[in-house]
Amino acid sequence: MQQFSYVITDEIGIHARPAGMLVKVAKIFKSKITLNGKEKTADATKLMAVMSMGIKCGDTVEVSVEGEDETAAAAELETFFKENL
Amino acid sequence: MEKYIGKSVYKGTAIGPVRVLKKTESLVKRKHIDDVEAEVDRLDKAKTLTYDQLGTLYEKALQEVGETNAAIFEVHQMMLEDDDYQDSIRGMIQNEEVNAEYAVAVTGDNFSKMFASMEDEYMQARAVDVKDISNRLISNLCGDEQFDWDAMEPSIIVADDLTPSETVQMDKSKILAFVTVHGSTNSHTAILARMMNIPALVSVPLDLERMQNGTQVLVDGKEACFYVNPDDSMINLAREKQKQEAEQRQLLANYKGKASITKSGRKIHVYANIGNVSDVAYVMENDAEGIGLFRSEFLYLGRTSLPDETEQFHAYRQVLQMMAGKKVIIRTLDIGADKNVDYLGFDHEDNPAMGYRAIRICLEQKDVFKTQLRALLRAAKYGNLSIMYPMITSVDEVLRIYEIVDEVKQELEQENIPYEMPEQGIMIETPAAVMISEELAEHVDFFSIGTNDLTQYTLAIDRQNSRLDRFYNPHHEAILRMIQMTIDGAHKHGKWVGICGELGADLSFTERFVQMGIDELSVAPSMVLGIRSKICEME
Repeated sequence: MQQFSYVITDEIGIHARPAGMLVKVAKIFKSKITLNGKEKTADATKLMAVMSMGIKCGDTVEVSVEGEDETAAAAELETFFKENL
Repeated sequence: MEKYIGKSVYKGTAIGPVRVLKKTESLVKRKHIDDVEAEVDRLDKAKTLTYDQLGTLYEKALQEVGETNAAIFEVHQMMLEDDDYQDSIRGMIQNEEVNAEYAVAVTGDNFSKMFASMEDEYMQARAVDVKDISNRLISNLCGDEQFDWDAMEPSIIVADDLTPSETVQMDKSKILAFVTVHGSTNSHTAILARMMNIPALVSVPLDLERMQNGTQVLVDGKEACFYVNPDDSMINLAREKQKQEAEQRQLLANYKGKASITKSGRKIHVYANIGNVSDVAYVMENDAEGIGLFRSEFLYLGRTSLPDETEQFHAYRQVLQMMAGKKVIIRTLDIGADKNVDYLGFDHEDNPAMGYRAIRICLEQKDVFKTQLRALLRAAKYGNLSIMYPMITSVDEVLRIYEIVDEVKQELEQENIPYEMPEQGIMIETPAAVMISEELAEHVDFFSIGTNDLTQYTLAIDRQNSRLDRFYNPHHEAILRMIQMTIDGAHKHGKWVGICGELGADLSFTERFVQMGIDELSVAPSMVLGIRSKICEME
């Protein structure tokens, strides 16, 4: 399993658009990708679940990736977070 | 006449007949079904149709309101395809043997409640998005016909709430204004109304049942008021406002995309003053040639600790990228004891305007200053940045700033962090700086005259004291001579000078400033085109 954590710097947090983009990225991979934050958990391929976590600017998100392509997936997701959130 | 107060989304005026839009969502009835497979099949067909319609709306919105705002329909497409949402609908059809319309209505309601119950105002507004896709899905299941816009005369649309897709579908030539009982100024509908320049109010406490189609109503976007059956004096006032708004639009049409050049060929830069990243939209809307004063205080106010380097870097970079190569002048921290920043631990001061503030704090609390400088230097790689230092009174202060900037540069180099060195200028807002402007000009790249403080310090008038209003003369000859002195001092060393205080937006002085040799005027976004037209008309 691959894991990393990220502190959100986007002013309005994980809002609709980046959440949508995140889901798109997560769906590329076979691994199961889980987000943890604010005592909530969501499957990264589920848009409304991700949005309903209510992650805001300054919140920390733990991302866990488990599966055959976990290394590539974790790297891709980390870049995604840095660039968009 | 009845008057209602709401929240303004777009400050425009409209008068006309009202048209009430009512929802059909409550009409969905629960029915038992026998053929589960056929029902799921019906759902799939409606889902595909809905998906395609959203795609068409995206294309339409792209043309009308641009990519950023059209993106909501892409998000709607993804919400529609969301596994949890679809699983819930299918589950209900399969397990409870109910009709698809009912399953969608219940699921939509559940998800929308989930968003509505969240603390975050932005997420609360997303409840409307879920309702929007659910309603669309339901009308596709029922084969509903859409509202016939062609048959309607130009009207003020009143509704409980409007969804983004309803807003975009409407024929703009038929809409004088939007008024909703619910909805937030943050909603996508609000953003769309703003982009389409349509007067709009939200949160207006109306009883839609009592509202008759065709009743004369008036929307005053500036005051956030809605009038039913307005009297003649209100109507006359509104017509006057509409005339002014039309003039402003005319300015836009005539001067948008043009350079600010006098008839004899002197080019003046007309920039905008802003205080937040979101204001960049107004800068673009009003076609400013750059940002002449970006107050960085927004990053420091209304919070409990200092903003870190990353947060600042992201904010600066965002503005620079949005301005795409146009000049952005960011002023470093300009706060003092008059601002509520508990975490900096300021003592109470009797005279904060002359107290421990702005560059004085930065030179004393070097770590605070260095964090901001690091973020600025790093962000400079992403656009055309200039840094401006406030409250300068001596050459020595400028040299001390440069020492700190050098330290920051060295540190960034050692850490192998990419950066760029932006232009550096100072605010001229103390009489001391005016008197030594010639010496200061040797050391900096530009001056920007802050006339508000300069006037207060020169005339010894506290602007917070309203008893002094009749003594306060922003056109005092002393101020004008100070401006002339500053311009001459800068030009002697080939540096440019601007004005970023309120006086810079005074149309009765534009011509005089240009004659005095000013190179730049930075004003509120809404004033940019007025100043430009003045410049273009002068010799």
